[in-house]
Amino acid sequence: MIVTLVDYGAGNLASVERALERLGAATRRSESPDSIERAEALLLPGVGHFAALIRGLDVRGLREPLRAAIRRGVPFLGICLGLQALYESSEEAPDVPGLNIFDGSVQGLPADVKLPHMGWNRVRQLRESSALRGVPDGAYFYFAHSYAADGADSRVVATSCYGVPFAAVVERENVWAVQFHPEKSAANGAAVLQNFLRFPQ
Amino acid sequence: MTLTRRIIPCLDTDGARVVKGVNFVGLRDAGDPAELAARYNAEGADELVVLDIAASRDRRSTFLETIRNVAAELAIPLTAGGGIRTLEEARAVVLAGADKVTVNTAAIHDPELLSRLAEEFGSQAVVLAIDAKRDGKNWKVYARGGRDATELDAVDWAKKGVSHGAGEILITSMDRDGTLSGFDLALTAAISTAVRVPVIASGGAKSPLHFFDVFTEGRADAALAASIFHDGVQSIRSLKEFLASRAVEVRLPC
Repeated sequence: MIVTLVDYGAGNLASVERALERLGAATRRSESPDSIERAEALLLPGVGHFAALIRGLDVRGLREPLRAAIRRGVPFLGICLGLQALYESSEEAPDVPGLNIFDGSVQGLPADVKLPHMGWNRVRQLRESSALRGVPDGAYFYFAHSYAADGADSRVVATSCYGVPFAAVVERENVWAVQFHPEKSAANGAAVLQNFLRFPQ
Repeated sequence: MTLTRRIIPCLDTDGARVVKGVNFVGLRDAGDPAELAARYNAEGADELVVLDIAASRDRRSTFLETIRNVAAELAIPLTAGGGIRTLEEARAVVLAGADKVTVNTAAIHDPELLSRLAEEFGSQAVVLAIDAKRDGKNWKVYARGGRDATELDAVDWAKKGVSHGAGEILITSMDRDGTLSGFDLALTAAISTAVRVPVIASGGAKSPLHFFDVFTEGRADAALAASIFHDGVQSIRSLKEFLASRAVEVRLPC
């Protein structure tokens, strides 16, 4: 399986590429709407601002090809901002429409904790998770974000807590999304990426 | 559930090799950056910092190569910096594989640099490094690797840096750096209580108790050290086991 990394112009794709290559996977970067349409598996990494990611996708004409690929059942993994982009909108940029794969909006973490939420936190598994197969409940992952999706939703398979509980892993059929950075989360992160590479075809 | 306290080894380099010195002077060779990075990654370091303390223009490409070599060894976050003056220089460091960039002197002269970096990479990728020295009841900020005194108060500068977009503060006590006499707890606590972003304490670490103190009394979110890790005086694993035994939450790799 070749993993196509969605390149929207701002993300640092190199660390995800290195992590996948370490697991023996082949990767390529999306260069055009075509490359999304042909992809066997898609990975949307993301750091920075919600609006920058969405505008980066729109400017390159990648929004509709991405939504179509997800509807076709192409395995999809969103990381960090790549999770948040799947929702209708984000408080970080209320006027910028998200990819609208999941209902609901992304909210800022509470103001009474230090932000960004940056560092290693535990991930609690609420139900059986394909992304976390083989990863112990309560395992540590590396986070770096100030916004998050609601942890109470039925698609949320694992949560983390920082001021409030929030969605750490969201799964719906072929769409997996994680708020942490598996590519920077040592052995536990590698396990999540390995699970994605073994996504049932 | 809460964030663990982070242990961060730091590789001070002359661009190509890891070097070390006391109170910012008297440098000597301490090893290969990629080799040390691989070791710390395996030992359970939570992040790694690599700094170009020479920061000379003509060796910039060498340092970028060092970042690439270090990043290739890591499955944990990497912060890089030293002499970064512009958005373009920061971008080169990010493209070479750094997840975060540190800025120091350039931000003192142009605080808007922090805003430009935060806009481009997000605040979580912007670390304001501050070198500070005790001055009466307060601490003064020094520029150019501790060589030039400024008029800035360290606590005020940290607050201002955060308001301009810094997502983390790396505070180095010049009084303690290289002395192995423990972190400056008062300085670290003063910064940590003044800002709403994570604070990394640096300078003076030797014993596990020093780390315990900086995470409790010093209120640090992370602690950075160099030579005690490079020399094998202190293993990261045993340091973390000590902290865990004292009820400081740390990530213990299996």
